Amino acid sequence: MLTLQCPYCGVMAEETELSAGGEAHLKRFGPGSTDADFETYMFMRENPKGVHFERWRHANGCGKWFHAARCTVTLEVFGTYTAQTSVPPADLLDKIRAARPGFKWREFE
Amino acid sequence: MSEAISALAGANTEGFCRVSELGLHGMITVRGDLSNADLAKALCAAAGVNALPEVRKMVGGLEGGIAWMSPDELMVFVPYSQVVAKVEELNDALAGTHFLAVNVSDARAVFGIDGAGAREVIAKIAPVDMAPEAFTTGDLRRTRIAQVAAAFWMAGDDSFRLICFRSVAEYAFKLLSTSAAKGGEVGYF
Repeated sequence: MLTLQCPYCGVMAEETELSAGGEAHLKRFGPGSTDADFETYMFMRENPKGVHFERWRHANGCGKWFHAARCTVTLEVFGTYTAQTSVPPADLLDKIRAARPGFKWREFE
Repeated sequence: MSEAISALAGANTEGFCRVSELGLHGMITVRGDLSNADLAKALCAAAGVNALPEVRKMVGGLEGGIAWMSPDELMVFVPYSQVVAKVEELNDALAGTHFLAVNVSDARAVFGIDGAGAREVIAKIAPVDMAPEAFTTGDLRRTRIAQVAAAFWMAGDDSFRLICFRSVAEYAFKLLSTSAAKGGEVGYF
């Protein structure tokens, strides 16, 4: 059972209280962008064996979206943080680097 | 004007706890910046309480109280007969402030779970730590009960109040009744 702490209400919410929102920190390319950019935005996703950054929503709770960093292999959760950011917080990245030397996710390593 | 009736017209059942639908209550959903002093003052005046609730807390009760719903949302409880006037008062008092107050009294159902073991009735159906040291009087959780969304708070020892959407009131009542049925005591807490 996956348990994530909602950064807004502080609840240790288990999986059934949450809904998954896919990959985090996507940059939107809309009308006027190149076909290549749009294709990347629309279809290309990370599929890591290891640390992944995801969006989650505390659906059966305060209703807020937030971000989580977890390992797709061990389900280890490195942390959760609010949705009001476009990059993972530095202290969380440090924690992941310490736990998983050589980790790489998009431009973060 | 037609006569307003609650979802289950006060249905109740006795198991090892008493589960009852508590009839009509005035409920106003408020969204806005909860750190705004004017908003806080107006809401406290409307509900007759001294301060807004902390995160995951309930202040006051069904006849005058405020429940924390999310970082920008509160539920204000007032007597059903005053709810329309209270919404107007809020809109007048806070004219120009960015906020929203909506009367949702007829879109919600309110239940009471009373009696020894009331914690168990909730613990069986919600993914919430209901241990006495983890959930105490005044604590509130917005979560799910089995398959529907609900919010509940502890009003006193062995006494819980629960709100859910009116459209699922019958489901919620049957669920709570089943959870509280005699013979279903667990005795864990």
